[in-house]
Amino acid sequence: MSFAIGLKCRECGETYATEARFVCDTCFGPLEVEYDLVAAKGHVTRESIAAGPASIWRYHDLLPDPGTTPVDLGAGWTPLHRADRLGALLGIKDLYLKDDTRNPTGSFKDRVVSVALSSARRLGFTTAACASTGNLATSVAAHAAAIGWPSVTVIPSDLESSKVAMTAIFGGIVLGVEGSYDDVNRLCAELVSEHPDWAFVNVNLRAYYAEGSKTLAFEIAEQLGWRTPDQVVVPVASGSQLTKIAKGFREFEELGLTEGPTPRLFGAQASGCSPVATAFRDGTNVVRPVRPNTIARSLAIGNPADGPYVLDEVHRGGGDIGSVSDEEILECIGLLARTEGIFAETAGGVTIASLRQLVQRGSIDVNRPVVAIISGHGLKTLDAVVDTARVTATISPSLADAEAVLASLSNQEVSL
Amino acid sequence: MSVIVRLPSQLRNLVGGDAEVQVEATDVRTAIWAVEEKFPGLATRVLDDAGQIRRFVNVFVADEDVRFLDGLDTALSPGQTVSLVPAVAGGCC
Repeated sequence: MSFAIGLKCRECGETYATEARFVCDTCFGPLEVEYDLVAAKGHVTRESIAAGPASIWRYHDLLPDPGTTPVDLGAGWTPLHRADRLGALLGIKDLYLKDDTRNPTGSFKDRVVSVALSSARRLGFTTAACASTGNLATSVAAHAAAIGWPSVTVIPSDLESSKVAMTAIFGGIVLGVEGSYDDVNRLCAELVSEHPDWAFVNVNLRAYYAEGSKTLAFEIAEQLGWRTPDQVVVPVASGSQLTKIAKGFREFEELGLTEGPTPRLFGAQASGCSPVATAFRDGTNVVRPVRPNTIARSLAIGNPADGPYVLDEVHRGGGDIGSVSDEEILECIGLLARTEGIFAETAGGVTIASLRQLVQRGSIDVNRPVVAIISGHGLKTLDAVVDTARVTATISPSLADAEAVLASLSNQEVSL
Repeated sequence: MSVIVRLPSQLRNLVGGDAEVQVEATDVRTAIWAVEEKFPGLATRVLDDAGQIRRFVNVFVADEDVRFLDGLDTALSPGQTVSLVPAVAGGCC
C-alpha cells in the first residue's frame, strides 16, 4: 500500500489531499507528494522491497497510490552498469552508469509516465497527454495505447524524426507545434484549463509524475547493496529528475534502508541551454530563462520549472553543474559507446561530457564512487550521429579487396 | 484602451468563472491592477509582496514571456491579450 498522505506546496507549505491538483491555490507553487514515513518505517524493509516485481513498482509503498493495478509496461529496475573502462579513461576509481536506455520505450520517462497514468486512472481522467521534447511523448503514447486510452502529445514540430516516429506509431494524436519546447509547455499549461479530463502527465499530474524519478535513487542504492553512492551526475532539463533523486535518497535514509553518505548531486547541461548551470556559476538562485540552441533536444528547456530546487540540492551537497558544447556531447556519445558498449542519446552525451568536465575541474572526487544517469537510448537521436558514425569503407564482395582495405586500416592509428 | 487578460482555471473563480476579462490598460502592470480593481484578490495571487510577478507565474504578451520583454512594464497595444499561466510544467529530465 502507498504511504502517500497528501500534497504539499513546496513554496508556502499549504497541504492538500492526493487529488487532481497541480499548483498551490495560494501561491501557484508546485505541489509535492508527502508520505507518512513514520508509519512506513518497519513496514517497508529491504526484504519487502526485494520481494517485489523487477520494476519501479517494487517501491509501491513510496509512490503515489496507483489504484487497483498500475499502468505498467515494465519501467525501471534497469542495470547499474559498472563502467571500468570509461572510469579508467576519466581517472575515476568506481564509476557506475544507471542504464536507463533499457526501459520499455528507451528512456527514463517510462518511470514517471507509469506513475502519472496510474494516478490519472485512479483520479478519473480519461485521456493521456503531455508537453514533450520527445521522450515523454513516446512513453505517454505507448502507455496510453497499452490501456486503450486516447492520447494527445504535444511536441516541437522540428523534433528528431526518430522521436516523432516512435511516438506516432502508437496511434495517438501528435501535435507538432511551430516553436520551442517552452512554447509547447506554455500552450499545454493553457490547454489544461480547457480540457479538465485530460491528464497532462507533466502539467496537471506533475506532482504524481515527478515521484517516478525517485525510483532512480531507490534502485541505485539497492543495486549498490543498500549503500548510497558518494556522487551522482544527473542531466538537467526541467530539473525534476535531479530534485527527485535527492528526495529518493532522503526517504530511503529516513526509513533506515541505506548506509553511506548523503550523495552529492551534480547537474549536467548543454551550453546551448544551460540556465541552471549559469545561475549556479553566477551564485544566484534566480534562473533566468534562455532560448535553447543545442543538439540535446531532450534537455532543451529554457525556462526550467524546478531550476531553483536544483540549485538548492546541488548547493546542499557541495556539488557542481557542468555545461558542455554540442561537439563535446557528440564526442562523449562515441566515448561511452566505444568504452562501455552503451549507445546513449544526446542527453547521455551531455552527462558523460559534464562528468569529464567536473572531474577535470576537481569538483568530483575521483577516489569516491560516482554514478552517472544515462537517461535515454541512442536510437532516439540517430540524426545527431548519422554523419559521423558511418561505414569505415565500402568494398566489393572480394576477399582481396577486403584484405587490402583491412591492411590499410591497420596502419592507421585507432584511437579511443 | 481596452485589452484582454486571460486567466488559468485556478483564477477563474475570482472573476465569476470567466476565462477572460476585458480591462482598460496600457501595460501589463496596469492590466493586472485593473482586473484587481474589478475583482479584488487577483493581484496578490499573481504578484508577490514586492509587487513583482511570482516565481511560479508566467505572463505572456503576444505569445512572448514578459520576462524576455519589459516585465510588468511591457507595453500593450489595443485589443492585445495578456495571458497568465502557471509556470509548473515539465520536460524531459
